[in-house]
Amino acid sequence: MTETTPTATPERAAGLPAQSPPVDPAGTAKSEPPARLSWWRGDGGEGARRNLGLLATLLVLVVIGILTRPDLYGNASWVWGNTLTILKLASVVGVVTVGMTFVIIGGGIDLSVGAIVALAGVWSTTLATQSYGAGGMIFSALTVGLAVGLVNGLLISYGRLVPFIATLAMMVAARGLAAEISDKQTQVSNDTFINGIASTNVLGIPLLVYILAAVVVAGWVLLNRTTFGRRTVAVGGNPEAARLAGINVRRHTLLLYALSGLCCGIAAVMLTSQATSAQAAMANLYELDAIAAAIIGGTLLSGGRGTIVGSLLGVIIFSTITNLFAINGLSTEAQNMVKGGIIVAAVLVQQVQFGSLTQFLRRNRATSTT
Amino acid sequence: MTTQGRDLSRRRLLFGGAALSAGVVLAGCTSNEKAPTAAQTKAAATGGNSEPGKKVTIGFSAPAADHGWIAAITNNAKAQAGAYSDVELKSVEAGADAAAQRAALSTLISQKPDVIVLLPHDGKELNAFGLEAMKAGIPVVNLDRAFPDARAYRLQIKGDNYGMGVAAATYIYEQLKAKGVSNPVIGEIPGIDSLELTQERSKGFADTLASYGLKVANRRPAEFTADSGQQAATGLFQALPKIDALWNHDDDQGIGVLAAVNQANRKEFFMVGGAGSKKAMEDIQADNTVLKATVTYSPSMASSAISLARLIGQNKGMSDLVELQVPKEIVLASETITKENAGDYLKLGF
Repeated sequence: MTETTPTATPERAAGLPAQSPPVDPAGTAKSEPPARLSWWRGDGGEGARRNLGLLATLLVLVVIGILTRPDLYGNASWVWGNTLTILKLASVVGVVTVGMTFVIIGGGIDLSVGAIVALAGVWSTTLATQSYGAGGMIFSALTVGLAVGLVNGLLISYGRLVPFIATLAMMVAARGLAAEISDKQTQVSNDTFINGIASTNVLGIPLLVYILAAVVVAGWVLLNRTTFGRRTVAVGGNPEAARLAGINVRRHTLLLYALSGLCCGIAAVMLTSQATSAQAAMANLYELDAIAAAIIGGTLLSGGRGTIVGSLLGVIIFSTITNLFAINGLSTEAQNMVKGGIIVAAVLVQQVQFGSLTQFLRRNRATSTT
Repeated sequence: MTTQGRDLSRRRLLFGGAALSAGVVLAGCTSNEKAPTAAQTKAAATGGNSEPGKKVTIGFSAPAADHGWIAAITNNAKAQAGAYSDVELKSVEAGADAAAQRAALSTLISQKPDVIVLLPHDGKELNAFGLEAMKAGIPVVNLDRAFPDARAYRLQIKGDNYGMGVAAATYIYEQLKAKGVSNPVIGEIPGIDSLELTQERSKGFADTLASYGLKVANRRPAEFTADSGQQAATGLFQALPKIDALWNHDDDQGIGVLAAVNQANRKEFFMVGGAGSKKAMEDIQADNTVLKATVTYSPSMASSAISLARLIGQNKGMSDLVELQVPKEIVLASETITKENAGDYLKLGF
């Protein structure tokens, strides 16, 4: 998991525009002496540790699976197929979560993602759109996602609406529009290319998993290796400092919501392919799944901190829990309770890690090394 | 902004398409009335009921839902009302919840309709409204979601959720017996698990299977949507490497279940659907998927409710029955649609 630690990038500071020392945004990285670490790598070690914790959680879940269903886990081809199934089920929410992670790191929240997926899915499966073929369907899904994201961004950055309220309004409105367009019916996709996306394997691995991997890699590079990513962290950590440092905070916020919308457009194509149809009620509560995954992945809800890999692990953990409950034939009520428990546990760990414990450890280490 | 222009024109096309399909539904229902079938000869033989009589104003309210079934309920009610020259339908939007529906209904009462046909958000919550309307002398026809109080309605017409489960289990048992499968693995994909209707369906299914000494190996609930059906089915397939029979409660979510079947390349079992959508009936008729049957919960009950409300308004009975008034309770039987009879039922599909 070394790629999760954006520590090896001191020279990247050169790429920063006017990141002048007088307004060091490190003051926002909680309880950290500004002199010790430069702001962009401040949490590198924490992130890696947290991701190790998530991997350990994942391992525990797998062990529980092995203990409860040894008959299934004894079969190697089943295990491989099951792993791919878990990844495939994680793929749609995973793509949405990448966009969500950017928005949250940038200090916002996007409650409309599920609704955007539904609207983009419905729009791209109307008979009129389907007549343009797969290209037209994909184009319209991505365009609708991007456009709705831009509207969100405009309302929030230039309309000065609170993100929670703006995207809540969009959540209701986009689902309403989707219901209007689809006449509340389930729209079946008759396009063999679109429907084939979900059933195609390349080198034994589902195409959907490749799409997820591509979005995750792109998101990771964007967050950790580009100016855009560093600006995102700066804007989320301390918007005022970022503005004084010369970042166009409003435009950047606008771009973050557009990015989230675009991810929803991609997810809409994937989900439409999986279900071979779209309807206004699809992608129900995906906003909560995405936010929960980002949070247990270590993204700070107040912004300024988070990793793409952590979010990905968060999504995979939820997907694995769903799978674990399915193969044991347990009720989904219990499953939701476990999910809720994991979210609470993750946030508690987060508070302990970034609160007293971190400080305590740091102090100890400091004294022992000197 | 050329894309926007194109999108707008798409929407126009779409609304055109929606209008067209509504027309088809309407035509389907009216041709239903006029087609030279046994039903029509019976109506002619028993005389007067279908002839125009006293003018009846029917108030109608159903939830604005995002599911094909409820959409079909409203469309059917409107189409059936349009088929009678002596019926005027006053439809009010029921809004998002029981409180909104109550408010909408109180404006309806003030318009003094002769009969009210109502699909409540929740039968228990709107029970008081039923009582109030009945007290005001307006007969209430409850559509599908029962009022607990018998004084709150003049007529209750509903589907049989428990019977759906019975029908599905019976079909599955007979098929398995014919194939000689011993110790079969049976899967179930219900809809939203917290709803009473889902619980009744599952109970009918489990009870009937138990009477044959069978049980459900695994059940993964979905949410009546295709994408949730796909995910629930995918989970089920991981849990059960080999399945003999599968009951999916709802044909809309069944689109996703069938997609998951293709994606997982599972062909070893047969599947029974629920509700009776047009797509499901076409699939059953074509016989090229694992879907071999569906058990109905037909939104045609809305058409029947309008017809019966008209009779109540005109103070007539059902002409095949001896009684001079319409009965108080009608529970539609859940019918099993297979390849053999799918053609007959296709016109009732939604």
